[in-house]
Amino acid sequence: MAYVAVKGGERAIDAAHAWRAEARRGDPAVPALAVAQIENQLGRAVERVMAEGSLHDRELAALAIRQAEGDLIEAAFLLRAYRTTLPRFGASVPLDTGAMAIRRRISAIFKDVPGGQVLGPTTDYTHRLLDFALLAERAPDSAPLAEAAEGTMPRVADLLAAEGLIRPDQPGSGEPSDLTRAPPAYPAPRDARLQGLARGDEGFLLGLGYSTQRGYGGSHPFAGEIRMGAVSVVIVPDELGFPIDIGEIVLTECQMVNQFAGSKTEPARFTTGYGLAFGQADRRAMAMALLDRSLQAGELGEDVTAPAQNAEFVLSHADNIEATGFVEHLKLPHYVDFQSEVEAVRRLRATAAAAAEPVA
Amino acid sequence: MNGYNFAYLDEQTKRMIRRAILKAVAIPGHQVPFGSREMPLPYGWGTGGIQVTASILGANDVLKVIDQGADDTTNAVSIRRFFAATAGVRTTTRTAEASVIQTRHRIPETKLTERQILVYQVPQPEPLYRLEPSRTESRRMHGLAEYGAMHVKLYEDISRLGQVAISYDYPVMVNGRYLTSPSPIPAFDNPKLHLMPALQLFGAGREKRIYAIPPYTDVRSLDFEDHPFRPHRARAVCAICGADQSYLDEVLTDDRGGRMFVCSDTDYCAGRAGAGA
Repeated sequence: MAYVAVKGGERAIDAAHAWRAEARRGDPAVPALAVAQIENQLGRAVERVMAEGSLHDRELAALAIRQAEGDLIEAAFLLRAYRTTLPRFGASVPLDTGAMAIRRRISAIFKDVPGGQVLGPTTDYTHRLLDFALLAERAPDSAPLAEAAEGTMPRVADLLAAEGLIRPDQPGSGEPSDLTRAPPAYPAPRDARLQGLARGDEGFLLGLGYSTQRGYGGSHPFAGEIRMGAVSVVIVPDELGFPIDIGEIVLTECQMVNQFAGSKTEPARFTTGYGLAFGQADRRAMAMALLDRSLQAGELGEDVTAPAQNAEFVLSHADNIEATGFVEHLKLPHYVDFQSEVEAVRRLRATAAAAAEPVA
Repeated sequence: MNGYNFAYLDEQTKRMIRRAILKAVAIPGHQVPFGSREMPLPYGWGTGGIQVTASILGANDVLKVIDQGADDTTNAVSIRRFFAATAGVRTTTRTAEASVIQTRHRIPETKLTERQILVYQVPQPEPLYRLEPSRTESRRMHGLAEYGAMHVKLYEDISRLGQVAISYDYPVMVNGRYLTSPSPIPAFDNPKLHLMPALQLFGAGREKRIYAIPPYTDVRSLDFEDHPFRPHRARAVCAICGADQSYLDEVLTDDRGGRMFVCSDTDYCAGRAGAGA
């Protein structure tokens, strides 16, 4: 018989995994990547995987990147699948980004601001010329040191808010929602939207944020402030009842300031969009801030017409673990459904052919 | 498996899922939102079905996993191995021996019994999504039992094509109340949903919904009096066991139009072939 029932799924899976493991390691004559190397030298990748994996752990993110051979969505998936098994023993008190130990802080809406403009370790003004010198190992010249800024730097949006020019953030409703524990419900409150954006796919956030700048739900944004640096994480354990500093994490925070002409219920003033991301991630934080603002359209009485203003659309499609799973699942066998479609198409064609027969 | 709870999920999560299942059983066909967890298998590979199975599995259960009706398709193998590793339960390919059957895209040919549970992997639990993409809106339509749009879709098919053009994931009314997706089973399988003695649970992980059809529930495929629902199968017999009532896969045997038909349900086919049918 020409057809042999396909038995061999088990052996095929084992062989595929073994081949993958071999391919992952690459040429054994080349030294293997150490997780610490990835953690230290591929920091932007580590931070993106931590954001999309929703878990701040640089070492595990680096491990995931190595295991995923640099496929960052796959790495975020590995991190998520681990994260979901972890017990949650508490939530931190809200981070005080105003007290951030600033490494970078810029505002595009003032020439100078209290605390000054601090470029930090940015690539913004590099010329994108491949540095062939990096092909050979070479230690970089040490960067010049500057005096650390005295005290804390006030947030630019707070300076505007003091004048009443900015619509104040609306208070949340008690406990923050958690999309990883409860299914999303619409209309989604802002905390749920921010959580969805914070773990959303960077490319998706970027593309949709970009769409708002090209007229699909425009919100006239200005980069009020982008700041990056270390922030203390503080928890108040139930059994102790007082705050404990458990360490610090590096964050990028972006506050977009948007024009708002006012509506029937609101006077004209500026509104804000908020973005927050692990590590140094201007692009991610800025795209998130654009979307946070466009998703406030309904609350501000603006017309909701563009995809970027529709929370159900944005949040349902921002998660790249969900998206990659469902897109890629098309490679699983679908031959039963396809068979029923083939039969249906044959039936439809037969019906059409019979109808086309000339009546004798 | 070291470091993981029985059947992977922690007990709190299982309780949450069981509560959703109980609610789903109490309201047949209604989609119950649940706090779907991230699983170590990708979305689209059956994370909903896996979470449901993990939540109902006991140490004495015997598990069967099929994909496209077959036990030996790679994804079925992978999921069966997952539970063998994380729960250590006995697995089987025999439909009659299993107490829990997780399936993708088929209902077994062998009649199921009251002591069995059938767990479906569901990619898209919302039967109205092609007509109304907003789940906020489709929830409202379910609340009001406002299903005219689906009847119009069927009517348009009949008026344009002479027949309903849905060949799988054919919508059903469960218990006369909720329009429900039977998951992408071929329409051929739809009649098996009706008054099935086994409990049928549906898990959609990515979409975070669970729904159920309790034993002996009335399940009707949507149709019209003058255009009754008709299940279809290939007009052929199985080349291996000779079955003329089972759902058949069409297998291309060469590049000159050669083809053969074989049962999609491998256990059913092997049982008949072994019995000399």
